[in-house]
Amino acid sequence: MAANPMYQFNVYRIGPEIKINNIDISFTNASLFMVISSLAILIIFNLGTKRSIIPNKIQLLAELSYSFISKMISDTAGSKAKPYFSFIFSLFMFVLFCNMFGMIPYSFTVTSHIIVTFVLAAFIFIGVTIIGFIKHGLGYLKLFVPSGVPMVLLPLIVVIEIISYLSRPISLSVRLFANMMAGHTMMKVFGGFVVSLGIVGGWLPLGFSVALTGLEILVAFLQAYVFAILTCIYLNDALNLHH
Amino acid sequence: MLKKIIFQFLALILIFTYSAQSAESGGMPQLNPEFWISQIFWLVLTFGLLFIILSKFILPKISNNLETRKSQILENIETADKQREETEKKVKEFDKIINDTKVEAKNFFNSERQKVLDDINNKRLSLEKDIEKEIIKAEEEIDQLKKTSQEKVTKIAIETSSDLVKQLIGEDINKSSLSAIVEDLSKKEMEKHNGI
Repeated sequence: MAANPMYQFNVYRIGPEIKINNIDISFTNASLFMVISSLAILIIFNLGTKRSIIPNKIQLLAELSYSFISKMISDTAGSKAKPYFSFIFSLFMFVLFCNMFGMIPYSFTVTSHIIVTFVLAAFIFIGVTIIGFIKHGLGYLKLFVPSGVPMVLLPLIVVIEIISYLSRPISLSVRLFANMMAGHTMMKVFGGFVVSLGIVGGWLPLGFSVALTGLEILVAFLQAYVFAILTCIYLNDALNLHH
Repeated sequence: MLKKIIFQFLALILIFTYSAQSAESGGMPQLNPEFWISQIFWLVLTFGLLFIILSKFILPKISNNLETRKSQILENIETADKQREETEKKVKEFDKIINDTKVEAKNFFNSERQKVLDDINNKRLSLEKDIEKEIIKAEEEIDQLKKTSQEKVTKIAIETSSDLVKQLIGEDINKSSLSAIVEDLSKKEMEKHNGI
């Protein structure tokens, strides 16, 4: 039964067990929703590539998202970040669609799993660090030495900067994961209250549930946006070194 | 009543399963590493494919569309500007033609009017001359007529009066004295007639 609010986050195998070199890579419900989200993105944006001067609705949606993300990137990371546009676009869309598909009842939220968000964040962190070292060489280490700091405080500041830099993937992944998990758990708890309080007292938690659904949709968009914009900010640090 | 029982039953079931499950698997399924590798594998696979397809096939098309639309719009604006300028030019030309035509028409009208007026004047003058001639002629004729008629009248008067006298008295009277009397009378009569 689905009374446990954490039950919705369970991962289970769909279909046969697939093992390569004794490593389990079976197709699970998480994989299913990753595939569904990716396919939805591809279908929607492929429909949006029609060549017409006056766009139809889907084309308008695709083009608006394109210019939205392109503006976000150029605002936060400057024109040097142009080559990374398609990565950030895919990232934003993937996180957004996974969050949004998670809002459908009885579905599964891919981004509510720490391992998924952590892999994304770690990939971004490693990629940004590599880009920084390629662009600036060892000069990238100046990132940890802010200018205009008194010599006495410098050792402390450098340590703090290094810790904050290294905690980036953790903060990035935990932010998304915790937001999604907390929201869905809360909705589940309120849904449980509706059932247990019955037709007399269940209206109040039902109202809360409805309001929470709206809030969660907002959070789903906002967290995808935050994830993408933080990636842009980290990219900005790597591309335009001015600390 | 039935509803209440059903709900209570449901609640009871919920509570039982809840406690049973929390006893069986407490904590977060997220921290269970059983499917971590699988999730990482499928994430890399789906996200990788998504990224490759988006960046290779879809996004270039969208950006291309945006670019072509932008350039097309600019082009259209340019041609529209050009056409507007041309239109303004044409309108100016048209205005000029209309003005010229107006002036020409006025001139033509004026000259024609002058011509007609002159013609009328000439015709009137000649007509007046003719009329004057006719009048003079008529007056002469009238004068002639007047003279002759007076003489005839006097003659008739003299003859009739001499005849009258002859019949009355049976005697011829001197014609000259008779005519003098008649002339005198007729003169008086004429003067009276003419209202002097």
